[in-house]
Amino acid sequence: MGSALGWIIRRDLVLALRQRTDVLTTVVFFVIVVSLFPLGVGPEMDKLRPLAAGVLWVAALLASMLSLGRLFAADYADGSLEQLLIAPQPLSLLVLGKILAQWLVSGLPLVLIAPVLGVQYDLTGAPLLVLVLSLLIGTPVLSSIGAVGAALTLGLRGGGVLIALLVLPLYVPVIIFGAGAVEAAQSGVGPEGHLSLLAAFLMLSLVIGPLAAATALRISVE
Amino acid sequence: MSQRLVNWFKYSSPAAFYGLAGRLVPWFATGSALLFAVGLYLAFFVAPTDFQQGEAYRIIFIHVPAAWMSMFLYLLMAGYAAFGLIFNTRLSGMMAQAIAPTGALFTFIALWSGALWGRPTWGTYWVWDARLTSELILLFLYLGFIALQASIEDPRRADRAGAVLAIVGAINVPIIYFSVQWWNTLHQGASVSLTRAPSMATVMLAGMLVMAFACWFYSIAVILTRARAIMLERERGSAWVAQQVAGSPA
Repeated sequence: MGSALGWIIRRDLVLALRQRTDVLTTVVFFVIVVSLFPLGVGPEMDKLRPLAAGVLWVAALLASMLSLGRLFAADYADGSLEQLLIAPQPLSLLVLGKILAQWLVSGLPLVLIAPVLGVQYDLTGAPLLVLVLSLLIGTPVLSSIGAVGAALTLGLRGGGVLIALLVLPLYVPVIIFGAGAVEAAQSGVGPEGHLSLLAAFLMLSLVIGPLAAATALRISVE
Repeated sequence: MSQRLVNWFKYSSPAAFYGLAGRLVPWFATGSALLFAVGLYLAFFVAPTDFQQGEAYRIIFIHVPAAWMSMFLYLLMAGYAAFGLIFNTRLSGMMAQAIAPTGALFTFIALWSGALWGRPTWGTYWVWDARLTSELILLFLYLGFIALQASIEDPRRADRAGAVLAIVGAINVPIIYFSVQWWNTLHQGASVSLTRAPSMATVMLAGMLVMAFACWFYSIAVILTRARAIMLERERGSAWVAQQVAGSPA
């Protein structure tokens, strides 16, 4: 079972790295959205500093939604998804592998580039560290919930808008506690509570997400 | 003796349920009209003016029942959806599909009446308070469910895909319900509780409960009517629908 998980992660990573532009799209989108806010709101640091957590989190959430449509679409188109469905390994395990691979190519780059963008918003020291930490815990939750939406909308027309409507309401707790952690660190309250809740969401979503996505895939493909 | 036992599974068939629903709808519709009449009379003419909020508090007679219905109906919808997904029953999916628009309507009424009440009382139409925000998310969940079902052409697949979404979204309902206890926010706590005496005048409570029953009766009547339409549409190829359509006075 572990080898199947490792195999599907490796396979999806290889496929993603052959299509490097897809990976770059997510990161570039993230950087551009975050950089647009100072132009829209005004460049004063006193105004930007309280916005930092919210802007970075919303941008990360939208960026991670960009690649959701591709999570199962290529496998669906070339028929390899059906092979996964009839594989002897549990489907939810294979879906978990795909979620982890998707996070490695679209979530992790956001976490890595976030400190640079945080500095643009005058985040330094502990709040910046908390931002990176909250994204590190929170972005896999986004991938896991997003996989359910991607599986439900597989092969539907207008899938892009529909996936946003399905997935964004479920993202709400993540953004509340993710951005809340940074704000708590900024105001000196201590982010441990928010981060613990985020970690709880992560555990919950890694159990429920693959199961629900696997069920949804069987419904979509049959 | 076995003839006396009610066959509960009889009404799990759309053909049987169609007739039952048709017989029930007039009763619930009439009951709803009567209850609304009594409830609105109590609300506008009998209930006293609140010493703190003046006349503005009267919005609770529709706001609170609508908010209750919005959450109950979501759970009911998710329950039907889960039942349909587990036992592969046809009727459950139709019921879930029939409940969704009414649930969305009550969510919208709760938000809208809350906004109209908030303006004179809080001085603002909208605050990003935990309960208001989670109720707004509930509206999005309803709309997502409706949109997902609408964009899948095969009704069986639509039912099952919607069921997965409804079950996952059901996590939100307890968050709304307990939000006033978990977060110390602007929205007031519950005025009605099963475990302690109500913190409002008896006639106010009575008016609110009558309105809540009126909303229940209205929901049942509308949902059954919509379910009948869905049954006819989905089973249009079957013999019993042909019989129904041919037999009904044109």
